[in-house]
Amino acid sequence: MPSITKPRVTHPGLARNALGLTIRDYEGGMSTLCAGCGHDSVTAAITQALWETGTPLHMIAKLSGIGCSAKTAAYFARGAHGFNGAHGRMPPIATGASAANRDLLCIGISGDGDSLSIGLGHLGHLVRRNVRMLYVLENNGVYGLTKGQFSASADYGSTTKRGDANRLQPIDPILLGLSLGATFLARGFSGDKRQLVPIFRAAMAHHGLAIVDVISPCVTFNDHEGSTKSYLFTRQHDVQMTVADFVPPEHEIEATIPTDGVISINMHGGATLRFRNVPEGYDPTDRTAVLEHLMASRGRGEIVTGLLYIDEHTSDLHELGNTAMEPLAQVPYEKLCPGSAALAGVGFR
Amino acid sequence: MVARIVTAPRSKVNDFTMKLANVNGTGSSSANNLLMRAIFRMGVPVSGKNLFPSNIQGLPTWYEIRVNKDGHVARAREYDVMVAMNGQTYAQDIAEVGAGGYLMYDSSWPLDRALIREDITYFGVPLAEMCNDSFKGPRERILMKNIACAGALVALLGIDMDVIAQLLTEQFAGKERLRASNQLALRLGHDYALEHFDHPLPCRVEAMDATQGSILIDGNTAAALGCVYAGATVAAWYPITPSTSLMDAFAKYCAKFRRDPETGRNNYLVLQAEDELAAIGMVLGASWAGARAFTSTSGPGISLMQELIGLGYYAEVPAVVFDVQRTGPSTGMPTRVQQADLLSCAYASHGDTKHLLLFPSSPAECFEMAVTAFDLAERFQTPVFVLSDLDIGMNDWVCPALKWDDSYVPDRGRVLDAAELRELGVFHRFEPADAESVAARTLPGISELGAYFTRGSGHGSDGGYTERPGEYQEVVDRLARKHTAAAEHIPAPIVDDAAHARLGIVTLGSCELAVLEAIDMLKERGVAVDYMRVRGFPFGAAVRAFLDAHDTIVVVELNRDAQLRTLLTLETPVPKEKLHSVLVYGGYPMSAEDVVGGVMPLVEA
Repeated sequence: MPSITKPRVTHPGLARNALGLTIRDYEGGMSTLCAGCGHDSVTAAITQALWETGTPLHMIAKLSGIGCSAKTAAYFARGAHGFNGAHGRMPPIATGASAANRDLLCIGISGDGDSLSIGLGHLGHLVRRNVRMLYVLENNGVYGLTKGQFSASADYGSTTKRGDANRLQPIDPILLGLSLGATFLARGFSGDKRQLVPIFRAAMAHHGLAIVDVISPCVTFNDHEGSTKSYLFTRQHDVQMTVADFVPPEHEIEATIPTDGVISINMHGGATLRFRNVPEGYDPTDRTAVLEHLMASRGRGEIVTGLLYIDEHTSDLHELGNTAMEPLAQVPYEKLCPGSAALAGVGFR
Repeated sequence: MVARIVTAPRSKVNDFTMKLANVNGTGSSSANNLLMRAIFRMGVPVSGKNLFPSNIQGLPTWYEIRVNKDGHVARAREYDVMVAMNGQTYAQDIAEVGAGGYLMYDSSWPLDRALIREDITYFGVPLAEMCNDSFKGPRERILMKNIACAGALVALLGIDMDVIAQLLTEQFAGKERLRASNQLALRLGHDYALEHFDHPLPCRVEAMDATQGSILIDGNTAAALGCVYAGATVAAWYPITPSTSLMDAFAKYCAKFRRDPETGRNNYLVLQAEDELAAIGMVLGASWAGARAFTSTSGPGISLMQELIGLGYYAEVPAVVFDVQRTGPSTGMPTRVQQADLLSCAYASHGDTKHLLLFPSSPAECFEMAVTAFDLAERFQTPVFVLSDLDIGMNDWVCPALKWDDSYVPDRGRVLDAAELRELGVFHRFEPADAESVAARTLPGISELGAYFTRGSGHGSDGGYTERPGEYQEVVDRLARKHTAAAEHIPAPIVDDAAHARLGIVTLGSCELAVLEAIDMLKERGVAVDYMRVRGFPFGAAVRAFLDAHDTIVVVELNRDAQLRTLLTLETPVPKEKLHSVLVYGGYPMSAEDVVGGVMPLVEA
């Protein structure tokens, strides 16, 4: 991706995380996206979440496909390896990377063209395998780099800049994920970093595939009147279904927080997820109930955001494969080769 | 067109070909295997080729057994013995028997008089009747008919009944009832043949000592073992004939050898992908993260993988791809053989790309070349293709027992560790390159000093994005030099130029046996030829020297478009006019007659 070297401006007052790193250490190259692009806000939220987790940079693997979204993998965590693959093929490449090194924190950055058109099949199977990674879908309903065609997430009736209306039904990644058995589904809005950061932190701690669909408006091709993925439309129709606090393992839950309407979920690594302001009857661990709520909201034309569904119990890729706890890429060769003696029983003699 | 070869009458002891015509899904394969294994156990060189339909049950299927004391066990085109067990194909099967040959059929029903030939001998054995009398269940009656048939052949061909009994004991260890049924069925056919026919036939088996130190194994199993021994830990694939058994065997051997005895956990992961695009993507992701990873597929899978193969090439990520070739184009004939993916693999993907190819000729080479493929892929940081085929991959071949050198150390190529990165200070992905034009790579999870952005978009030697012509060209020119440098690491061709002939035959892969037999046949006719079997691409100095040293060269291969010949003309300075072709592409393996028939007109001209 084209990138401009970003000046590394630090000042002594910047807060440091558990590793002694400031947020500047988690930044990447200078963005070459359009000024005001929602994706840059998503990058900022990922950067903030990564800094808060205190993940060593070399343990992060950034993976992306092709498109505006794919570029953003270069704009955070410059000390992490990145793999900008091919259009729609990030999920298999990420699956392979995770298979080879289960200790990596894999972060996949994708867009609606990448995930819901050319790579839809791969996304579906990534869900089925429950590959442990954060999958960010920067969703703007439009193809930017090819100048403004509708994507598969464009809402029925949404219009292009010239006024042509979309007559195809949209693919909703959250509803898709629910039906395929996804274990972590959230939707955010690039304009609401306060909501996004805890969602990303929870996603990074999740035991399995965490899909975060972020409505991330395209200021150049899809921010006009008539678009249902514009800043204005999203703000007007955003309904926060849940507010989730991510409480890392080392923090005591503060006793002063009211427990009314709070659902707490223990995550695998010892962290706690605390859902506040959850509407009556909404249970983020009940797939069927969540599906009903979301279908009803969709009928009302709402853009539902929040951490919408979580399941910490389904086996992930490595549990399904009963693989070694040690990364496969680091198992010494001596443990892999059966040696000449084992050939004695091979073949028909 | 291929000229018909007339050979002098010869002894048929340990030198004959038999074809068994069966119905798919009736259990014929276990009877066929039993016969082939018994002949192998008697120390006689043998081959068994399964000519099967793309079907699960009901369509015609054939099995060819060739017995040859001199080791010439390529497919033969004339049959001494035909076993006609399939009414659907009687007419065709009877027509294929060589003059003076034999035909065995199930005489429970009368044979149509129109099918009687004067020049062959018929043996009718009432197989269905015998089995209906002796077995109860309908399924068992059908299965045992094939075993009874094998029993009759054991008597007629002089196969050692003790060897057969021993094989049944081994096969049905712990399943006494099954062993007893099989033994009974065998005995029924055997005794009937002894009682009713002159035996053994002139074409028969006599014990030899020519298979000592050999095993029977198929190429897919051997290739899978090669992957286990090479240390592959991640395998991704999508099921496709004829490569499926490769991954099945990998999973089987991993379950046996790769489960940590202390933790009970697997030191491997097999991923059944959603399609071949995903399979190669998983391989690239895993190799990028430092594992030895591979996929197995066939032609249609190669077509689907094109885009990401280019990514692997340009981003310099290792990958090993087994292509067990079948008959194309498109779906083609999935259960028939060709060597028709040479060009699509050599130049796979859009843009300027060139890859490393290996051409195994036998299961033993599948084992060896699997290991070579991983070494090459990591040394040169690029995809490597092992071009096996259905004949090698799915049929049992007599091979020297697989050998392993315990001092083997994997060539993981240039990978920088954390200490080396600290010493280096600033890491650039594609510089400095070594004498073979390879630069050191780094793996995620090791050190942030080695972090870089792997990309399939235009990049310069520092790994950063570029759209500048000079920076772009510097990288792709180095990739071309790297490909050239790999030539001397590709297994050298097998050359026999002892005849110092002006005529040379060049071949590859599974055509080897047919060509070697043809060379013997040509010698008998006073035609001297030299021989070269190329074992990979790019071509090294030894290949060029052979082409240079011969005036007329015949390239023998299993495809319509002379793909090896094309590759030789594109990638070596050999004048095109020097190269002639013998091409077989109907879906069956090469036979010596095909080669002789193609060479003779050139000699006589």
